[in-house]
Amino acid sequence: MTAYTMPDERGRFGNYGGQFVPELLMPALIELEEAYEEAVNDPHFHRQFHHYLQHYVGRETPLYFAEQLTSLLGGPDIYLKREDLNHTGAHKINNTIGQALLALRMGKKKIVAETGAGQHGVATATVCALFGLQCTIFMGKEDAERQKLNIFRMELLGAEVRTVSQGSGTLKDATNEALRYWVSHVDDTHYILGSAVGPHPFPKIVRDFQSVIGKETKRQMMEQAGKLPEAIVACVGGGSNSIGMFYPFIKEENVRLFGVEAAGHGIETNKHAATLTKGKQGVLHGSLSKLLQNEDGQIQEAFSISAGLDYPGVGPEHSYLQKIGRVTYTAITDEEALEAFQFLAKSEGIIPALESAHAVAFAIKLAKEMKTGESLVVCLSGRGDKDVEQVKQRLEGR
Amino acid sequence: MGKERIDKIFREKLAAKEKLFVPYMMAGDGGLDTLEEKIAFLEKCGVSAIELGIPFSDPIADGPVIQQAGIRALESGTTLASVLEKLSVIRKKYTVPIILMSYINPIFQYGIEKFARDCFASGVDGVIIPDIPMEEEGIISPHLAAYGIACIRLAAMTSPPDRIKKIAERTEGFLYAVSVMGTTGARNAYAENISAYLRQLKENSPVPVLAGFGVSSGKQARYLSQYCDGVIVGSKIVDLFFKGKREEIKRLIESSLSGEPLTEKVKFP
Repeated sequence: MTAYTMPDERGRFGNYGGQFVPELLMPALIELEEAYEEAVNDPHFHRQFHHYLQHYVGRETPLYFAEQLTSLLGGPDIYLKREDLNHTGAHKINNTIGQALLALRMGKKKIVAETGAGQHGVATATVCALFGLQCTIFMGKEDAERQKLNIFRMELLGAEVRTVSQGSGTLKDATNEALRYWVSHVDDTHYILGSAVGPHPFPKIVRDFQSVIGKETKRQMMEQAGKLPEAIVACVGGGSNSIGMFYPFIKEENVRLFGVEAAGHGIETNKHAATLTKGKQGVLHGSLSKLLQNEDGQIQEAFSISAGLDYPGVGPEHSYLQKIGRVTYTAITDEEALEAFQFLAKSEGIIPALESAHAVAFAIKLAKEMKTGESLVVCLSGRGDKDVEQVKQRLEGR
Repeated sequence: MGKERIDKIFREKLAAKEKLFVPYMMAGDGGLDTLEEKIAFLEKCGVSAIELGIPFSDPIADGPVIQQAGIRALESGTTLASVLEKLSVIRKKYTVPIILMSYINPIFQYGIEKFARDCFASGVDGVIIPDIPMEEEGIISPHLAAYGIACIRLAAMTSPPDRIKKIAERTEGFLYAVSVMGTTGARNAYAENISAYLRQLKENSPVPVLAGFGVSSGKQARYLSQYCDGVIVGSKIVDLFFKGKREEIKRLIESSLSGEPLTEKVKFP
């Protein structure tokens, strides 16, 4: 592949992306884009960002050769990129550190954010505490019930959490409310969008901040194995950990990339969150991408055991990477993810987030098709402590 | 028909020293069968045009009243297709301009070119799309232009002068002045700089300027109309229709159009 330079100056990844927002928000998006371009070209900003990633977040995260998993599956060498070891327990903080620093550069002292599983909300509340920013988090009612402890966590960190009962009470509805709040407070508030979705420049900014995952992985693979992996697997809800992992590898044509969506009860049912597998083109939350929607263009509810994958849209760059055939997207059911959740716990002593368990489940399948001597990297995007109670209830209930 | 009908009717009213009043209603709230008599009622009340909302599952520019109306309309089975079909049957009996307000995704799924063609066939005169800023309007404005349908652009209080200039140059039918920092719905007060904002739009716009979002009383309508050509009232009308308070709608329109003009700044209770 020749140089990959997406998005273009209109914020498009091929056909996908763009800025489908009310005029009221356009000046803020233009301001954000300018502030970001200025920051990217400022060595001080890079030093600041990496300072906090190293000393506060605890990067770099290990690329761990999973010996047990490898010998149990008897195929390729399996490596886990341990994003679960970041401060706050997931990759989300890579982006919130970067965006909070941008907010400070823009002189904005107030932050609004949406959250699904609560990981992005916690990561946002954390950086707001760190940098003295006022923080408001919107969370769907359904998600709030699934992730009660994360609400208390956010409140401990000084954030105000507002639960959203509109719609299905999940991430989509929380994002609607966060956008409405931003529309009303745009003069002094920055919106820290948590996934690689939304209007330009958010998909690019989130990708760039998260691409530390892929950059480290590339270097660590060379150090440990002396070569790049044959395959990389990451889960896709909105798609921030996956795009951060994939982006530095897009030009490496010999590295196969796999994005794993949530199949919920199965993609043949109407209870899933497999946007790329089953969705159609459309506009949601400011960008053109693939969506779960009915034939009249009404957005449908997504469904997954994992609150972080429970979103009917997906980042526009993923839609593009699927279209050009660079990344293969597949889906894993709730049941398969639960199996993988337990399997990784028992085999490696690592309890993954339910989101990441989808990636693990697909890696187990993929390993069967790969050869000994090849290597496979799984992005372990978060830790599973937040999911333990839900999994317990689920396992006892059946 | 189309843009020309809006231009002609607005010009006549303004020439007669009248202000413009455009009510918004949610198509299909109360069932699509009630659409015709609501249009007839509003036309009889003397409105300048009717803005007809198409329900959408995720209306990020709307406050709670219109969100709820949208949910009710969707539950009653309303779609963009059924609204256009209904209009094609009833439209010819009425002369009031009809403007559709829809988020882009239902239009996108319907097919943008087909949408423009069917708007023309159903007698729709103009279209407002709140989530299409100038950067993205290229996907739809040429299709609307091909059928002579007004593509009504929105300006916001955050728009800097260069954007206001471009938006005003491009808009057709009228310029929609979003008059609050936020979503649709009632407000108690406007920003200090509201008069300067509306005057700036008036200076730039070759077509009438209408203030909308946050207008819910005759007094507010008259206050804003001092600085522009009239108002759009949405949430309040939607709410009154929902509660069946037709007389209040009538009074609101009368008070907006024929009450004493306000020449000084008013405070809202």
